[in-house]
Amino acid sequence: MRPHHLAALAVLPFLVPAMLSAQNTEPRRLDSPFRPPVNFVDENPAPPIPPDVTDDRRVARNYPEQPPVIPHNVRDYQITLNNNQCLTCHSRRFTEAVQAPMVSITHYVDREGQTLGGVSPRRYFCMQCHVPQTTAQPIVPNTFKDLDSLVSRPSDQGDRR
Amino acid sequence: MLDRRDFIKAQAVAAAAAAGGISLPAAAQSSMVAGEDTALKWSKAPCRFCGTGCGVMVATRDNRVVATHGDMQAEVNRGLNCVKGYFLSKIMYGQDRLTQPLLRMRDGQYHKEGEFQPVSWDRAFDEMARQWKRVLKEKGPDAVGMFGSGQWTIWEGYAASKLMRGGFRTNNLDPNARHCMASAAVAFIRTFGMDEPMGCYDDFEHADAFVLWGSNMAEMHPILWTRITDRRLGHPGCKVAVLSTFEHRSFELADIPMIFHPGTDLAILNFIANHIIQTGRVNREFVGKHCNFRLGQKDIGYGLRPENVLEVRAANAKDPTDSKPIDFDAFASFVSTYTADHTAELTGVPKERLLALAELYADPKVKVMSLWTMGFNQHVRGVWANHMVYNIHLLTGKISEPGNSPFSLTGQPSACGTAREVGTFAHRLPADMQVTNPTHRAHTEQAWKLPKDLLPGKIGYHAVLMDRMLHDGKLNAFWIMVNNNLQAAPNSGNETYPGYRNPDNFIVVSDAYPTVTASAADLILPAAMWVEKEGAYGNAERRTHFWHQLVTAPGEARSDLWQLMEFSKRFTTDEVWPAETLDANPSYRGKTLYEVLFRNGTVDRFPLSDLDPGYENAESRHFGFYVQKGLFEEYADFGRGHGHDLAPFDTYHQVRGLRWPVVDGKETRWRYREGHDPFVKSGEEVRFYGNPDGKANLFAFPYEPPAEAPDQDFDLWLVTGRVLEHWHSGSMTMRVPELYRAMPMALVFMHPDDAKARGLRRGSEVRVVSRRGEMRTRVETRGRNKPPRGVVFVPWFDSARLINKCTLDATDPISKQTDFKKCAVKIVAA
Repeated sequence: MRPHHLAALAVLPFLVPAMLSAQNTEPRRLDSPFRPPVNFVDENPAPPIPPDVTDDRRVARNYPEQPPVIPHNVRDYQITLNNNQCLTCHSRRFTEAVQAPMVSITHYVDREGQTLGGVSPRRYFCMQCHVPQTTAQPIVPNTFKDLDSLVSRPSDQGDRR
Repeated sequence: MLDRRDFIKAQAVAAAAAAGGISLPAAAQSSMVAGEDTALKWSKAPCRFCGTGCGVMVATRDNRVVATHGDMQAEVNRGLNCVKGYFLSKIMYGQDRLTQPLLRMRDGQYHKEGEFQPVSWDRAFDEMARQWKRVLKEKGPDAVGMFGSGQWTIWEGYAASKLMRGGFRTNNLDPNARHCMASAAVAFIRTFGMDEPMGCYDDFEHADAFVLWGSNMAEMHPILWTRITDRRLGHPGCKVAVLSTFEHRSFELADIPMIFHPGTDLAILNFIANHIIQTGRVNREFVGKHCNFRLGQKDIGYGLRPENVLEVRAANAKDPTDSKPIDFDAFASFVSTYTADHTAELTGVPKERLLALAELYADPKVKVMSLWTMGFNQHVRGVWANHMVYNIHLLTGKISEPGNSPFSLTGQPSACGTAREVGTFAHRLPADMQVTNPTHRAHTEQAWKLPKDLLPGKIGYHAVLMDRMLHDGKLNAFWIMVNNNLQAAPNSGNETYPGYRNPDNFIVVSDAYPTVTASAADLILPAAMWVEKEGAYGNAERRTHFWHQLVTAPGEARSDLWQLMEFSKRFTTDEVWPAETLDANPSYRGKTLYEVLFRNGTVDRFPLSDLDPGYENAESRHFGFYVQKGLFEEYADFGRGHGHDLAPFDTYHQVRGLRWPVVDGKETRWRYREGHDPFVKSGEEVRFYGNPDGKANLFAFPYEPPAEAPDQDFDLWLVTGRVLEHWHSGSMTMRVPELYRAMPMALVFMHPDDAKARGLRRGSEVRVVSRRGEMRTRVETRGRNKPPRGVVFVPWFDSARLINKCTLDATDPISKQTDFKKCAVKIVAA
């Protein structure tokens, strides 16, 4: 990661509290943030379909059990009764050749808690949990804090403002 | 990927940031030492989203949710979640949470055309009570109403029912579950005399075949889909049939895939019944002992406004529920016209596939589970479709035993627990009782300790009728809780929005986030959500499950329960009950609705010392008694002793849910079957005890066409629905960055040839236009949904693109549930 990217990241947390404290007692319009300020009956132009992020860079998880997002193109990937294309890279025996992360060991455990020799059938459809990301920028910021950020600074006692 | 140099730089930035008291993403922080700093408090809760009812473990620290994962001990999901469930941690932390009541004001006063201004709860309730009293005085109880939800906790729905029926004396109370599974609920009662499935999720591990009737479980019930996948791939000979009007992800597992013309599933169902009969595979003994046959009313209209030509033209639009008894032979003769050839021609499905599907039911050796959701229920003949699937299970006796299971899935976390069991529909009371039945009302008055003959016997307005009555100015004070109806309701530009902005009406919306519905309200009340309150939900397999309050709601946000109870303090009986009632029962005079409904000696009988000391409980602390326990125990008494039995309150905080009826501490997995269900006596084998004669009803119905079909001007079928990454209107999931980025906008999925024929291609901007309205979006021709030519699919989660401006407000005339799956549109370049 380039230093100027890190600088931009460092500024972000200062902006967020400023936006949050904008709440005051002045009358205001209230719109769904996803709808630009137009009447209900109006329709806005649709933005172009955003492309998928395919930079192959791993994204940190918010907590250990979060399924990692997919950082590569999966268009037309076949997952059918006969074939699971994801496993042609992510199953144990192919990971060395393609340097893809092996599916988690949790995926080898069946419903009864027994560890199997291969991926459990209940985990067969990968994209029920793992999803690609587009380049679309979230319209509403999320103030979730992971554990690490909570233990590294004083608590705000749950006061999110 | 950080190399070593970059990593050191990053550490330097992190150190500077820490000095400034700000946090950075985990990647930029120094590594953490394991130990007491990582100690989290883990508590159980059901997932906030669909009706599957997965168990999750929720980690909290410093009054915040910091992690969630699938609960290993939860029977439903055994440690798994879908992508939405794995991101539950973030749903409460959208930056725009509502934290103060907001009232439309001008010059310091409420004004319908004013801008929103933060006000105190007192000011909010003052204005709301003033409006309610004005409307009650001018027009009476029929002009006030409430639109609730299958996302209400059990006690919230119960409190709402008490307040509306017992307090304001109106049955104008309906849940958004009306849009969701009213057809299923009505058909259960008409067939078995009792609501909800006889089987349970254990059927997934026992069945040999699964048939999806209008349900894309791979996306909408992903965890149940893992159980089907597990069975399909691990049980030799197991087959999966998937029926839909377009190809979707569930087809990836299909042995028998079927695309049928919209609405013709009715014919397929009658064909299967005919095939069972013609091939001599009727279970004669079962049918003889346990079944009645009836001929249903036909030509029943489409639930549109009465002046609509389709209603005027329909022969039986006024009495759609009528039926008369027939015998087996008459039933057999009725379905005999649904031959394989005729059905193949009508539906567009190849004959061989129809026969392969029919054999799954006809073959006595195959244990078959039928599953359905919105494809069946959101159907102008949704009640019929539900009846017809019971027909084929009853003809073969494939019911109420492990693996043989007609199973109605639900889309909301407490569609069963709250909307149905508590009875928040306009026609229902707790434990399957009906408002039109004087005995049921009398029983309820007694349980609620209310004066005799207080409860209204007239069925209230259902969801679509509420919108029409708001529009027409006949319903004037309206409270919307835990739902986003302006995004969800059909034909919203003509039938919903005008009613909200009608100057005669005062609209209140309780929500956690500023939805499109909230932005069209006059008063917005900020709501606590999910684990910010103690709660209980009931899932699709009759499982009741509880959770504790784990964190505090932000700002002044309060739970719906607090809002309902606190609002009830603003009314005295003299203001809302008839003088005759008070003359005959003078002890109620001058009391507040809060006193008569919630301080009645039953609801308030459990002290604060009963609270679990490990958890906070904002409502109980506020009102001074264990509110949730009192409401639950008063409610549970309605069902105990006759097949709706719930366990004691405290038990549910210990277990991962229990499936009712719970008798002697034991849950019931298969109802109506001796050995499984304690209400079936020894020697009876099977007894459908919801009906007085102990028998289930089969109904003969024909195929009838949808309300609107494509023509020259509007040449495509529009099907609406959902996607994996977003739940319903997206008000929670669109605020989770990972889910937003995965699926940021609702596209129109169409066949590449249909696009080409209109000079369009993937990415083209288009207008989706119906006779009622339009929306703008982009074309998707290679996505996960692959409609056949002539059909387009648009999901409704995206509040920036409201597809329900296009949909038709036609409903099933019996269940009053909207058909969101069949109307006509055209697609033109924008």
